[in-house]
Amino acid sequence: MSETGVIHDIGYRHYDGPRLGLRYITRSLFVSSLKGAYGFGRSARSKVMPLLLLGVITLPAFVIAAIVTIGSLDTLPLQYTQYAARLQLLIAIFVAGQAPQMVSRDLRFGVVALYFSRPLTRQSYVQAKYAAMAAALFVLVTIPLLVLYVGALLAKLPVRQQTSDLAYGLVGAALLALVLAGIGLVIAAFTPRRGLGVAAVIAVLLVATGVAATLQGVARDQGNDTIAGYAGLISPFTLVDGVQVWAFGSDPASLAGPPGTTGGLVCLAVTLAVIAGTYGLLLLRYRRVSVS
Amino acid sequence: MNRTVALLTVRTLLGRRRAWLLLALPAVLLLLSVVIRLTVGSDEDVTVGLLGAFALATVVPLLGLIAGTGAIGAEIDDGSIVYLLSKPLSRQTIVTTKLAVAVAVIAGFAAVPVLVAGFVLSGAADRLAVAYALGALIAGVAYCALFLMVAVLTRNAVVIGLLYALVWESLVGSFVPGAQALSIQQWSLSVTRAVVGPAAEGLGVTSAVRPAVAVPLLVLLVVGATLAAGRRLRSLRLTGDE
Repeated sequence: MSETGVIHDIGYRHYDGPRLGLRYITRSLFVSSLKGAYGFGRSARSKVMPLLLLGVITLPAFVIAAIVTIGSLDTLPLQYTQYAARLQLLIAIFVAGQAPQMVSRDLRFGVVALYFSRPLTRQSYVQAKYAAMAAALFVLVTIPLLVLYVGALLAKLPVRQQTSDLAYGLVGAALLALVLAGIGLVIAAFTPRRGLGVAAVIAVLLVATGVAATLQGVARDQGNDTIAGYAGLISPFTLVDGVQVWAFGSDPASLAGPPGTTGGLVCLAVTLAVIAGTYGLLLLRYRRVSVS
Repeated sequence: MNRTVALLTVRTLLGRRRAWLLLALPAVLLLLSVVIRLTVGSDEDVTVGLLGAFALATVVPLLGLIAGTGAIGAEIDDGSIVYLLSKPLSRQTIVTTKLAVAVAVIAGFAAVPVLVAGFVLSGAADRLAVAYALGALIAGVAYCALFLMVAVLTRNAVVIGLLYALVWESLVGSFVPGAQALSIQQWSLSVTRAVVGPAAEGLGVTSAVRPAVAVPLLVLLVVGATLAAGRRLRSLRLTGDE
């Protein structure tokens, strides 16, 4: 397979125009998948859910910005780094709704075979889909943070402090987007039926959160903060929050942050392992897809 | 009720991947309760916390969603429902049979594990295990009926069901007390509270609704949703939305 694209000469008129190769296809797939996650390029009914979720997740940011301005507070009542964890239910529903539509339909209707008959490699298909899902999630988590930031600046909070806090929040949002995109896509790629994929993704995310919260609560009651901290590794939201707590010294969004530097490093290692692991699993999954 | 429809539904619901999901949720609950019993010992507050906040608020709605929409949604989605609809069977019979199978699945995969988890966590103390198992069963029946109806009404049943079970019951319910009056979770908790009896207040088993209100509402929901699903199935259109 050549790098420059395949145009088969079957005896009709020749094509002498520019040949757009692998990178062009990958970029197009990324852009259309990213737009598809918010329903652009799809039917009006598929725009309702993602845009509704985006609206609902931004609403509290407007309310907080209004409260800060009217009440002339000198700090934000909710930190940038805690925003995603507080509204994790909405983010989880977004992942559950969009991850299956991003990969399951291609698998179910055999469209991947058509993709792979082009110069597009399986690896770049996975990269494009992973990047698109992560970018869609990053947009979902970041827009409320930007609203908060603008609100904080309008309320004349210290610019330098707010900017560095926002930067911490953005790093956390990027990590969270990568982790959730990986988990969501892997589950969706292994459950091609649409309804089941949605249920499987949400079940995994919710049960992880529920188990982490229960264990943290019990461990706190027993006075064992170390175990409470490590229990946070179970849920993707507390996992990324643990990295933020350790790296930026922000307040933990759950009952307990990671215990000390070791805990923080463990959180970071697990986060990176999840991202790399889910990417590897996706590659394995698509290596097994037959094109015939 | 129709035996063939029931067998077909059982096969869809307990097909390979769906069965794993249906098994994994109660397995996590049981594992968690064993771990807690071994490390903390028998503690009724923890029991109420785990069975109320985790089992009834997360596991049972999810299982109801998987069983309720899975009983009919998968067939509508891939279009194979036409073969069933073209048979000389009343559409209401199809819906009732599918609901019965979904309820049986919920009883096995939600109510029984909650009962076992309750016994593991705190033995027979204060009838907590039985009370929560009964609550889980009632909630499971109501969720199945509701989500089966939604699956007949729309292709996006799973997402809409999630929005109801998670956003309305948990998120909105915790900020707006009035929303709890229209929540299957609270209705079934009121039955749980009634079974636990006078000790419920001290243990923290609370519900926003009285059983005298909750039970008629539950019956109304189950009967109404089943009839509505049957009516809608008579004029089902098999057009895609994408």
